[in-house]
Amino acid sequence: MQENKILRPIRKVGIVGYGAYIPRYRLPAREVARVWKADTSGEPSGEKAVAGLDEDVITMSIEAARNALARAMIDPAKIRAVWVGSESHPSAVKPTSTVVAEAIGAVPNTQAADWEFACKAGTEAMQAAIGFVGSGMAAYALSIGMDTAQGRPGDALEYTAGAGGAAYLLGPAEESLAIIEASYSFTTDTPDFFRRANEKYPEHGERFTGEPAYFKHISAAAQELMRATETKPEDYTYAVFHQPNDKFPKRVASSLGFKPDQIEAGLLVPWIGNTYAGSALVGLTAVLDVAEPGDKILLVSYGSGAGSDAFTIQTTEELIKRRKQAPSTQEYIQRRTEIDYATYSRYRGKLSMK
Amino acid sequence: MELSQHWRLKQQRYSLVGEICPYCEGKIFPPRDICPDCGNEAKTTFQFNGKGEIYSFTTVRQAPAGHEENAPYTLALVRLEEGPMVAAQLTDLDDQAVEIGMPVEMVTRKLRSEGERGLLIYGYKFRPILKAA
Ligand SMILES: [Zn+2]
Repeated sequence: MQENKILRPIRKVGIVGYGAYIPRYRLPAREVARVWKADTSGEPSGEKAVAGLDEDVITMSIEAARNALARAMIDPAKIRAVWVGSESHPSAVKPTSTVVAEAIGAVPNTQAADWEFACKAGTEAMQAAIGFVGSGMAAYALSIGMDTAQGRPGDALEYTAGAGGAAYLLGPAEESLAIIEASYSFTTDTPDFFRRANEKYPEHGERFTGEPAYFKHISAAAQELMRATETKPEDYTYAVFHQPNDKFPKRVASSLGFKPDQIEAGLLVPWIGNTYAGSALVGLTAVLDVAEPGDKILLVSYGSGAGSDAFTIQTTEELIKRRKQAPSTQEYIQRRTEIDYATYSRYRGKLSMK
Repeated sequence: MELSQHWRLKQQRYSLVGEICPYCEGKIFPPRDICPDCGNEAKTTFQFNGKGEIYSFTTVRQAPAGHEENAPYTLALVRLEEGPMVAAQLTDLDDQAVEIGMPVEMVTRKLRSEGERGLLIYGYKFRPILKAA
């Protein structure tokens, strides 16, 4: 008998509401290249979303959560967990999640916790929420992946480290706009990218971040989930992979057998950058904004350290009417104000005032 | 401000929770437990929907302590859809001109931090409406 590695809850769970958030400011990659006098021939084109002076992971999570609630149309007092995955929680000790829970009216009968696992902290929280709802312990659980990503000034990461993310309210499949059919997690100890406590900026293993890290984990997670659920790439209308840059998700998609038109709707990195824990999850919001009922979606995150969570999701009839109840992800992307490097430095606190 | 004061104000500040008068149904913000219209006791909580329009506004260039890093910013009196008037900062304005009567919506943002080591304080601001799909 095949060992059961696939995660399936006792009762079926789905997405009852989803919400994106992307701040309005954009820093083009060419502006980063101009400041650092970089050779622009091989540099990323595109741009990244930057949070304003009064924004952080807490305020961005609150807006995404309110959008998810607007689509879910449930009483927030029925939420039993508010879980926020991020690499940029504003305080080292004082949860992000308690402020979010209070602001959306989920207190006091709720769990609240902050999750960490590099760029897959948000999907990790989603896995836990599936278990929480699927076991019958909770009617609803909110999982969020959100970041104001850090990159050292002048480092390759600075071109793409963006701000944004998404919130997913999980609940019973019967009330869902998309049903999560199964999921799978693949994890190893792989030191490709890290940030020590009290350091502002992360370190990364340059080329080491590719083959043994991103590609190995995403491929393994996607392949095992498709094998166990007896699905093939052509069964999916859409696929969303973690997007640290424009090239990696395209390459992993093609090596797994997906065609460019399957990943296009969810590939947001050229417009908003790599939103770390928000990356794959905000990509999925853009897909839910355009999908038809009955479409199958493959979602695969990647977090350095390293691991991937893969999900197979199928949309329902509920999607069409409910998605209109909050701003679409494209509307956030189109709300765009270009800034220069100096303004960016001010907004991201890179200027020392004392 | 003391930690305890911030804590007592958090509900009204994070999400515009006010009160409704059980006698005349007047909506009250900020909450004060007495109806300003009929003078009766009013302690029933009421969640405002966050939509309103600009009643008046001014630009603040010399910001008070704790708000310096946001200056210059626009301070407005917003007439909420449910009636009450609220004073708040406008945000996400970009170069957009502010006008009396302009529709705005509430967002929760960082109001200030009490120094590098202090508590981060969050609360309502208003921005131009980001229309739903
Ligand atoms: Zn009254």
